[in-house]
Amino acid sequence: MTREHHPENGTLFGFWLYLMSDCLVFACLFATYAVLGRSYAGGPTGSELFDLPLVAVNTSLLLLSSITYGFAMLEMQRGRLRGTLVWLGITGLLGAGFIGIELTEFAHLIHEGAGPQRSAFLSSFFTLVGTHGLHVTFGIVWLITLMVQSARHGLIPENRRRLMCLSMFWHFLDVVWIGVFTFVYLMGVLP
Amino acid sequence: MSAPVQVTGDVAGGHGHGPSGGGRDGHSGHGHGGDGHGHSAGNTHFTLRGYATGFFAAVFLTAIPFWFVMGKTFGSSTTTAAVILAFAAVQIVVHMIYFLHMSPKSEGGWNLLALLFTVMLVVIALSGSLWVMYHLNHNMMPDSMMNMHNMS
Repeated sequence: MTREHHPENGTLFGFWLYLMSDCLVFACLFATYAVLGRSYAGGPTGSELFDLPLVAVNTSLLLLSSITYGFAMLEMQRGRLRGTLVWLGITGLLGAGFIGIELTEFAHLIHEGAGPQRSAFLSSFFTLVGTHGLHVTFGIVWLITLMVQSARHGLIPENRRRLMCLSMFWHFLDVVWIGVFTFVYLMGVLP
Repeated sequence: MSAPVQVTGDVAGGHGHGPSGGGRDGHSGHGHGGDGHGHSAGNTHFTLRGYATGFFAAVFLTAIPFWFVMGKTFGSSTTTAAVILAFAAVQIVVHMIYFLHMSPKSEGGWNLLALLFTVMLVVIALSGSLWVMYHLNHNMMPDSMMNMHNMS
């Protein structure tokens, strides 16, 4: 009985490879920010713009959404549909809160005249953080889709596999955010 | 209730799905034909303890760098940057292990191999960009341009 190359494992491995290629996309954006992050063109600097308490709240929301997704997976493992949906819903709300705060921050920066066209620093900042935010947004769309799918068809193997893929995606975005809050925000305010 | 430890499947190595793997599937598959369940969850069996460990470690590893920067614990920016980058590196490893369930055995080692290859590319892209652009900026400085003229 050799079942080591099961197609479902193939999906998860394929998705892992997608995440690794996504990692390269973010690496390029991080490299761009690393090169341009101090080119202020006489405009505002990171320490003038970044609101660290707000970033801390945002980071907590994303970290909490990681653990609540974990709880959803634990419920899924026990075959409890209701619990899975509840935890997925909470995860989605936390993700939405994250996006909400990020959009507020962006709107505030643009309102202050610190939009992406102000300096190379701000261009690379908006590209990097915005790309991460877009990923989270699409993660939420995917999450809602899977909630509807699971509610309709139950925790069938296909839905379990999809939820596993989204789990990897969601946790991966949290890993990228570690890089963002450390490299962009925390190091950005250092004198 | 299975043991509260991070249990990984036993696909890697020579012994394949032995009785232990089958036993675990039967154990945790509530009302499901154990079979489909074990497969769709990959080789990893998630535990509350695994997630909780990862979460508390992550909270700790996030809070400390914020505290260092906001409380201006270190005088020099370079020290602070080095310390918080080290914290970030550790936190990424924690997330990889406890949330993304990376282990040398997942997918028979291919996950780890793909990850290591990606890490290598990321390191080359990041350090290469910084190195090249630093030297470019340096050599394009007005006074170093003058030096070049004097030298030739």
